[in-house]
Amino acid sequence: MELITGAEILVRCLKEEGVEYLFGYPGGAVLHIYDALYVQEDVKHILVRHEQAALHAADGYSRACGKPGVALVTSGPGLTNAVTGIANAYMDSVPLVVFSGQVPTALIGNDAFQEVDAVGITRPCVKHNFLVRDIKNLAETIKKAFFIATTGRPGPVLIDLPKDVTIAKAEYHYPKKVKLRSYNPTIKGHAGQIRKAVDMILSAKRPIMYTGGGVILSDGSPELVELTQLLGYPITNTLMGLGAYPATDKQFIGMLGMHGTYEANMAMHDCDVLIAIGARFDDRVTGKIEKFCPHARIVHVDIDPSSISKNVQVDIPIVGSVPNVLRAMISVIRDEKLKPDTEALGKWWRQIDEWRGIKSLSYRQSNEIIKPQFVIQKLYEVTQGQAIITSDVGQHQMWAAQYYHFDRPRQWINSGGLGTMGFGLPAAMGAKFAFPDQDVACVTGDGSIQMMLQELATMKQYNTPVKIVNLNNGYLGMVRQWQEFFYQKRYCMTYFESLPDFVMLAEAYGHVGMRIDKPRDVEGALREAFAMKDRTVFLDFITDQTENVFPMIPSGGGQNEMLLAERDEMVSTHDEGMVLL
Amino acid sequence: MNNNNRHLISILLENEAGALSRVANLFSARGYNIESLTVAPTDDPTLSRLTLVTSGNEQVIEQIVKQLNKLIDVVKLIDLSETDAIERELMLIKTKANGEQRAEMKRLSDIFGGRILDVTDATYTIELTGDGEKLDNFLRAVERDAILEVVRSGATGIARGQKALHI
Ligand SMILES: Cc1cc2nc3c(=O)[nH]c(=O)nc-3n(C[C@H](O)[C@H](O)[C@H](O)COP(=O)(O)OP(=O)(O)OC[C@H]3O[C@@H](n4cnc5c(N)ncnc54)[C@H](O)[C@@H]3O)c2cc1C
Ligand SMILES: Cc1ncc(C[n+]2csc(CCOP(=O)(O)OP(=O)(O)O)c2C)c(N)n1
Ligand SMILES: [Mg+2]
Repeated sequence: MELITGAEILVRCLKEEGVEYLFGYPGGAVLHIYDALYVQEDVKHILVRHEQAALHAADGYSRACGKPGVALVTSGPGLTNAVTGIANAYMDSVPLVVFSGQVPTALIGNDAFQEVDAVGITRPCVKHNFLVRDIKNLAETIKKAFFIATTGRPGPVLIDLPKDVTIAKAEYHYPKKVKLRSYNPTIKGHAGQIRKAVDMILSAKRPIMYTGGGVILSDGSPELVELTQLLGYPITNTLMGLGAYPATDKQFIGMLGMHGTYEANMAMHDCDVLIAIGARFDDRVTGKIEKFCPHARIVHVDIDPSSISKNVQVDIPIVGSVPNVLRAMISVIRDEKLKPDTEALGKWWRQIDEWRGIKSLSYRQSNEIIKPQFVIQKLYEVTQGQAIITSDVGQHQMWAAQYYHFDRPRQWINSGGLGTMGFGLPAAMGAKFAFPDQDVACVTGDGSIQMMLQELATMKQYNTPVKIVNLNNGYLGMVRQWQEFFYQKRYCMTYFESLPDFVMLAEAYGHVGMRIDKPRDVEGALREAFAMKDRTVFLDFITDQTENVFPMIPSGGGQNEMLLAERDEMVSTHDEGMVLL
Repeated sequence: MNNNNRHLISILLENEAGALSRVANLFSARGYNIESLTVAPTDDPTLSRLTLVTSGNEQVIEQIVKQLNKLIDVVKLIDLSETDAIERELMLIKTKANGEQRAEMKRLSDIFGGRILDVTDATYTIELTGDGEKLDNFLRAVERDAILEVVRSGATGIARGQKALHI
């Protein structure tokens, strides 16, 4: 009988789970684990420069490839630094397994050096967490953590490891399976409910599919595409759901919500049947609840019962996983040769096309100054719509969502629920680890990029070439926009009087830096940057400082109360030739 | 329509360190009402039984039940207010018992089916069980300044008939 240390058990378990990358940062409480990592090559440890980045990188990795992300941090400040990243993954339901070091069991509760109550601090922002007090439970706990993180509604799971547990020895046995009597997510939808839902869906005169992150998390995109095309219904995606349905398909009517398209929000407002799939009726989507979809009967498919009827009462709830439920719906429709009401649908599409004609994503082009939307359009063209795009948080995030048309799931990686500035760069690095051969671009802003800038060093060390598209407006633009609209232009603390020279900064980290301040240079710079396959390039686009994100539903507004860009100054973005250069 | 109903929810919880805080945390983090909460071991050493009293409209209670079920440590639960159930709470109350008060207090205790557990020449310590309303009524019946101390256990409950919460 072989006895090995807790640290060795941990590493073996990771190997068994097929973990390729462990994003982490060392410290006293985890030294034994680092020692066990030293003598093996199966699990590659990536040394970030800040624990928050370890979490975001693991998160970006997971969102890109679907496997759980894994991170390791030390006790005390290591754990507290990681909390933002854990909360971020929690809000967007990303499967992560996080290991934190802890002071030895005998010292727990003594205010020992670098002690924090990790389980207590993270409790509200994890799917579940564990403190392992006895090495005998270690392997099984790790198995449970992966199981909980990746099944049902995914989410981060934390395992807190006192140092003595990593040093103690035990026999290694990794269970093949775990069963938790208190945890058993419903995957298959209720057949009766599905049948009722199909009837309601086909009775619709003005239907709309409203789908979200759950489709991507469950890899349910093929089923969603099949069902949507079988029905011929219009479809809108949440910010988290973009890419689940190809944006370039004619049935796609754009993102909905606060900065969604006019047609998507109007169609939501006027629909008579709302088919919600893996979306959670977030307040950025519903606007004022009392004014939300006033005429609609609602079908809601979600794996988490608590997402259903939380904000909006629904008529037909279906608890289950997206691909299973949609496949069942498709079979009912096909087997019984059911048909939607094509006449009503034709009328509905004519109405939607009228709304589309408003061209709510138009913006005023300029020869002098770079419009941020224009950079994203060029980014889309230059990468032929194929790149993995990560984003930070702010106006640039909305423009990336609006003007880069995502045609496949897991192509768009951003922080929606927590809205964490600083997410974009480490997430891009994580995505690049998952797909080293794909182009990865991080769309960011001058504020956000400064929150995780140190990761440029990590990206150099591991050679994960990412194109950083900085939409530099000199402002905390999203906040400035709100101050402009709602605080009579009192721009309090949103202007940066000092910004670093990002070109020099990129060079200081060993990367390529470019500054672009003329519209005519945008495309060339992007082409040049993407041609440098093995380099990280920091593209600092000096953009219009006062550009705003439109359309917009001001908080508290109804879906049919959108602010559009000043109409008489608008130039269509979709009509070729209108984009002046 | 009474939309802020009182609900008695009974939970079988994994007997793990921290399980109770998960439940308590959920209520504070989501701003749910919590009137009382009791927790104790069961005949199965791996489980504890937690009973809580909360209130809210139908939608809030539905969310509370769903959120509780979502906690990994919650094995099973029942909303006892939705079925025919027995509710009991234990109260220990120390009262003044001087002169005339002495006989009056004894009489009151008898009416409510209480037991006098401890006697001094100036006080009684009375034990009383019943549902919350009965205990409230007793307290109302006792003269305000005769009460020296009140200890209530919080409500527990069990379904009537065949129905049982077990795994
Ligand atoms: C600056 C800013 C502006 C924003 N503006 C907008 C906006 O205009 N429009 C917009 O849409 N959002 C916007 N957001 C994002 C918003 O805050 C929410 O994050 C987003 O709307 C939630 O998306 P979702 O409903 O798809 O839910 P997600 O957070 O993606 O949740 C996924 C849902 O799917 C369920 N699910 C998970 N797995 C499965 C499965 N296997 N089967 C079935 N269901 C499953 C989950 O239980 C959950 O209910 C903005 C964010 C920021 C930071
Ligand atoms: C960590 C964090 N702090 C504060 C905020 C609030 N916030 C949201 S957007 C924003 C401005 C972002 O500025 P920048 O990155 O320059 O993007 P821009 O809006 O200018 O495109 C701020 C401060 C946040 N989302 N995250
Ligand atoms: Mg900015």
